[in-house]
Amino acid sequence: MLGKMLGRKMRRKIMGHALAIVATVLLGGLLSATLVRLAPGFDSDEAQLDPHLNSASVQALRQARLDQHNIFRFYFHSLQRAAHGDLGTSLSLGQPVTLLLRERAPLTLRLVGIGLLLSWAVAMAMALSAAWLRVSAYDALTTAISGTFLCIPAAVLALLSVLWNVPGALAIALIVFPSVYRYSRNLLAKAYAMPHIVSARARGLSELRILFWHVVPVAGPQLLAVAGVSVSLAVGAAIPVEALCGLAGVGQLAWQAALARDLPLLTNLTVLVTIVTLLANSSADVIGHMLRAQEA
Amino acid sequence: MNPWRTNFWRNLACAVLLLVVGLSLAANWLAPAGYARQFREATDAAPSRVHWLGTDEIGRDRFARVLYGTRISLLLAPAAALLSTLMAALVGGLAGYLGGVWARAAMAMTDLFLSLPWLFLLITVRALLPLNVSPLFSVLVTFLMLGLLGWTSAARVLCSSAGSLRESDFVRQARASGVRGARLFWIHVLPNLKAVLLAQFWISIPVFILSEANLGILGLGVAEPMPSWGSLLRELEGLISVGEAPWKFVPLILLVVVVTSFQLMLSKQEQAA
Repeated sequence: MLGKMLGRKMRRKIMGHALAIVATVLLGGLLSATLVRLAPGFDSDEAQLDPHLNSASVQALRQARLDQHNIFRFYFHSLQRAAHGDLGTSLSLGQPVTLLLRERAPLTLRLVGIGLLLSWAVAMAMALSAAWLRVSAYDALTTAISGTFLCIPAAVLALLSVLWNVPGALAIALIVFPSVYRYSRNLLAKAYAMPHIVSARARGLSELRILFWHVVPVAGPQLLAVAGVSVSLAVGAAIPVEALCGLAGVGQLAWQAALARDLPLLTNLTVLVTIVTLLANSSADVIGHMLRAQEA
Repeated sequence: MNPWRTNFWRNLACAVLLLVVGLSLAANWLAPAGYARQFREATDAAPSRVHWLGTDEIGRDRFARVLYGTRISLLLAPAAALLSTLMAALVGGLAGYLGGVWARAAMAMTDLFLSLPWLFLLITVRALLPLNVSPLFSVLVTFLMLGLLGWTSAARVLCSSAGSLRESDFVRQARASGVRGARLFWIHVLPNLKAVLLAQFWISIPVFILSEANLGILGLGVAEPMPSWGSLLRELEGLISVGEAPWKFVPLILLVVVVTSFQLMLSKQEQAA
């Protein structure tokens, strides 16, 4: 009975998240279409100035622009095309957005993935050692290190990684780890201060046993939420790292699109990145909920 | 932590901030040549008695640019933080106070903003605005954009604080005495959110300083010749080694010191909240 109820609750939670993602995408798409439509310079097309085109072709181009005047019609057409896998054509690069994404997404995924793994490894190692050692000088040192990295702009870390020939993934890790460390240190400190864990320590249980049997079940769901947030941080960090390290990924594409005011490309990228971060956050939330349900 | 030691760090942070603000405000006297004047006979020069931090690649005095850049960042980041805090108070505070559908709708909107990586959102909105604008307009656009987009996480905190205040005894008592609507919000709810608002204001300042620096380095921030920490940090792009021109790291060191000082000041505000 309880299992069934939990199952129903879980299904409802997953449905809720799925609906939220769909609503965000639709609303985000409408916002993007509105912004593209209202951005200065939308009505003019460089192609109209091409001396090789005859007056009929120029007229046809003008007509095509006029057809996009209505925001809702413009949005509806964009949605229709997106449903068929056509995300439009980049104005600055003259290539289909889907092709550009297919070419560049693997590199970004690899960078972000490795960066996240490294940042979590460093942050957890520091947070756990601080919790185990309980030496205030060590705690102050790790906090100072993470605090210093937190005070350096992500783009400067990317520039320094170029200067010292550090791989891009490591630069992403250095950008993400301070935030992960801060959250996880606080969560672990709170968990280790709980009476049953203090008592387990006093009874001489090994640190590993305390960690996996007592601390992880308490702090695990919240750490998962931090994992969801860290995906968003890492994706954001990909922009300066790829742009300044000369890595041809989605982050560099977004930066180039921003500099060239290539709005169709930029808004498509933004909506896609939103979907990725929402999926990461929703997955973290659902898994955390499942862990809590199991615990109950 | 020892309260004496905590106070020492906070006082030190406060003194550092006051010193940096004072120096930046005295830029007209300390660097009378200004940030845009070019010394063409001394381009990319090393530090000297005339140019304390050397000159940039087109011969502008780096010390003057650092002072003026600091002034811009330290005056406009708090202004942007004030704008974002006010917006957060209005959206989050009101949503929390009204509760129900209003709170859910406002939080759905903030979730939409929060699900976007901050830098992605900034470069998207920056690209929607004209890039070839006057330097002064670019400064205003950059910080206005930070203020207008940076209110969401603060709104979340304020919504939850206002929500808990709505159920508090004194608000219930005020409601029972006939105080309702806007008067209840302005007189009883908003003043009690002051500590949270102040904390959110302090949290936003270093975030906006770092965001402007990121945008500046990516070429999407303040336009030349106006200096800002972002545009000053762009100089690091051409370096081959740290030892080549260590004085070019001065803006970075200053930025880290200022942001650290804000973080140290922040903990006091957080405690108050």
